[in-house]
Amino acid sequence: MPAPETGLPKGAPILEVEDLHVTFRGRVGLIAGLRGQKGTRSRAVDGVDLLVRKGEVLAIAGESGCGKTTTARAIMGLQEVESGTIKYEGKPLPRNLKPYLRKVQMVFQDPTGTLNPRQTIYEIIAEGLRIHGIDRGPDGEPEEQLVARALSRAGLRPPDRFFLRYPHELSGGQRQRVVIGGALVLEPEVIVADEPVSNLDASVRGEILQLLMKLREDLDLTIVIVTHDLGLAWTVADRVAVMYLGRIVEIGPAEEVLLRPLHPYTKALLDVVPEAGGLDRPILTGEPPDPTKIPPGCRFHPRCPVVVSGKAAELGIEAACKGEDLALEEIQPGHFSACHASRQLGAEAAAAAIAAAGAAVAPEPVAEDGRTDDAASDEPPDGT
Amino acid sequence: MSVLSLKDVHITYHTASGGVPAVRGVNLEVAKGEVLGLAGESGCGKSTIAAAILRLLPGTTKVEGSITLDGEDVLAMKPGRLRAVRWTGASIVFQGAMHALNPVQRVGDQIGEAITVHNQAGEREARVRVGALLEQVGLPTRRAMDFPHELSGGQKQRVMIAMALACNPSLVIADEPTTALDVMVQAQVLRLMKELQRDLGLSMVFITHDLSVLVETSDRLAIMYAGKVVEEGSAATVFHDPKHPYTAALAAAFPEIGDRRFRGNPTGLGGDPPDPQEIPSGCPFHPRCSVAFADCERTVPELFPAGEGRRAACLLVEGAKTVATGVSE
Repeated sequence: MPAPETGLPKGAPILEVEDLHVTFRGRVGLIAGLRGQKGTRSRAVDGVDLLVRKGEVLAIAGESGCGKTTTARAIMGLQEVESGTIKYEGKPLPRNLKPYLRKVQMVFQDPTGTLNPRQTIYEIIAEGLRIHGIDRGPDGEPEEQLVARALSRAGLRPPDRFFLRYPHELSGGQRQRVVIGGALVLEPEVIVADEPVSNLDASVRGEILQLLMKLREDLDLTIVIVTHDLGLAWTVADRVAVMYLGRIVEIGPAEEVLLRPLHPYTKALLDVVPEAGGLDRPILTGEPPDPTKIPPGCRFHPRCPVVVSGKAAELGIEAACKGEDLALEEIQPGHFSACHASRQLGAEAAAAAIAAAGAAVAPEPVAEDGRTDDAASDEPPDGT
Repeated sequence: MSVLSLKDVHITYHTASGGVPAVRGVNLEVAKGEVLGLAGESGCGKSTIAAAILRLLPGTTKVEGSITLDGEDVLAMKPGRLRAVRWTGASIVFQGAMHALNPVQRVGDQIGEAITVHNQAGEREARVRVGALLEQVGLPTRRAMDFPHELSGGQKQRVMIAMALACNPSLVIADEPTTALDVMVQAQVLRLMKELQRDLGLSMVFITHDLSVLVETSDRLAIMYAGKVVEEGSAATVFHDPKHPYTAALAAAFPEIGDRRFRGNPTGLGGDPPDPQEIPSGCPFHPRCSVAFADCERTVPELFPAGEGRRAACLLVEGAKTVATGVSE
């Protein structure tokens, strides 16, 4: 298989997400509720713009809690959104999502939890057809043939051998293939896969990814993969979007984002991919801060090596980092970053600053990953 | 003398459908201050070995061969002696930190319990020691008063590590210590473990399916497949220059970013791990092996020497050796 070319994907826009906001509200007790107090707002997705082109593989990466799964669920209509628009083929989603959901299918993380243990594989695959009231294929094929085709596309061959089996009789990799088969049976245009291999054994991962790549080639599928694993993004994605605290902070062609990152957070994520540089490379301290208390200015600044190392002050951008929130900006063709360093200094100088800052903070002692303590104390509450 | 030594260990689980051989003749040595990485996919027997070292397996399980810890035969220990050795001789950092801690006990008390139960110190002294341990793993002393739910995943795993160190064991077994953690936190915990190991001169057995994690943390690697070690050697050489096709497949599952061979081309291993009750004939890996030949179906490969300090159970390695000796002679 030829490596996907660098540069910009050329297909027509198929999915567009505009200024998406998803907020979760914390619970309050009865008395507090009667007094009119509201739970704390957690801004899980806080202004995501995304354009997915037909036929591309887009990876959305980030730490737990960055909003990547919530974004995917919002795209699938599984998540109530506070504001923002999602468009499919240029048109906002209609009230009745059913026709849309036939075109856009989701593959979930844990195949064991996704499959009904009391259904046979045949019933699991046919369920989608039945929900959508499809009893014949486009060429008048009967249901059985449609199910068989989906299973064999998912690599479960011969398909009729699997019809009457139950999920517990299959291995983890086979179960994930059933999940993929269930998505394929409706002949979708887009597959949204949420961590499709993270629950699988190392040796099986490659096979499932190979399958997704092959399906994309054969069926001209568009694939959105949500993952925390940048190595996976390197192997399969045309473009990579990196999320931090509910926003995309960097997006661009995979080769650019992963080899020449323009955002210090992307660099930090790349540094912790095991084996990248031994354990002496810089590791961000702390866990992602709380989405109920998003810092002012650049949301990454409290953990940003460029700011922490004093490099930002040296370059005269510290005030902006700490005080000015910023959106994605195209730094190089097709490569967007939301970082004051790359915005004000340009790509090369920003990359140099990020590298220098990383080196400066590298051998720091392991500190407490304490978001509940010091990290949060100097942050003002969010603007609710 | 090695801290841990396993000689021809066979472990068979007892089930309703008969015996399930999970470990089938494993030899392992861990020298003082050494970190041994044990890798393989689910069901290869790696966690079974971890549990067998402290005799944590169900009573019906049959364990044969010899397991010695600091020169003492673990399999022959009387219950009292076994209880004393657990945690003081060898301790385990379990996989799911979130489930391994007691949710209704303060974490300081949980660590302290290990110390007092083993009569290493009285209540008061134990409290001081708990504070020191928490600082050692990068948590402030006051965290001792917290309940597990007040800690994040990474912090809980730090508590588990502090607990494992509580009685100064000569061996720490880490069974998938970072699998449930996020990438950034995983890196923090791995660095902590590596620093502690270096500073305290700990001997460790590090178990995971992620070879790229092992190559950073371990001195030596042993790769397991279907209950047997199929390759061993120094961590970097095994990872970067695998001799066994299975090791190569495992290593390729975690490609390096920037390696163009993998760009747009995920590599995987066909098929599924073998059922321990129906292990294939000959080399157990042959049905999934891309370079298998006719002999592989018939001959069970032993661990052949494969370079300096390395061994691999593959007939191709044996073939290479014959060729090499033929030339030198």
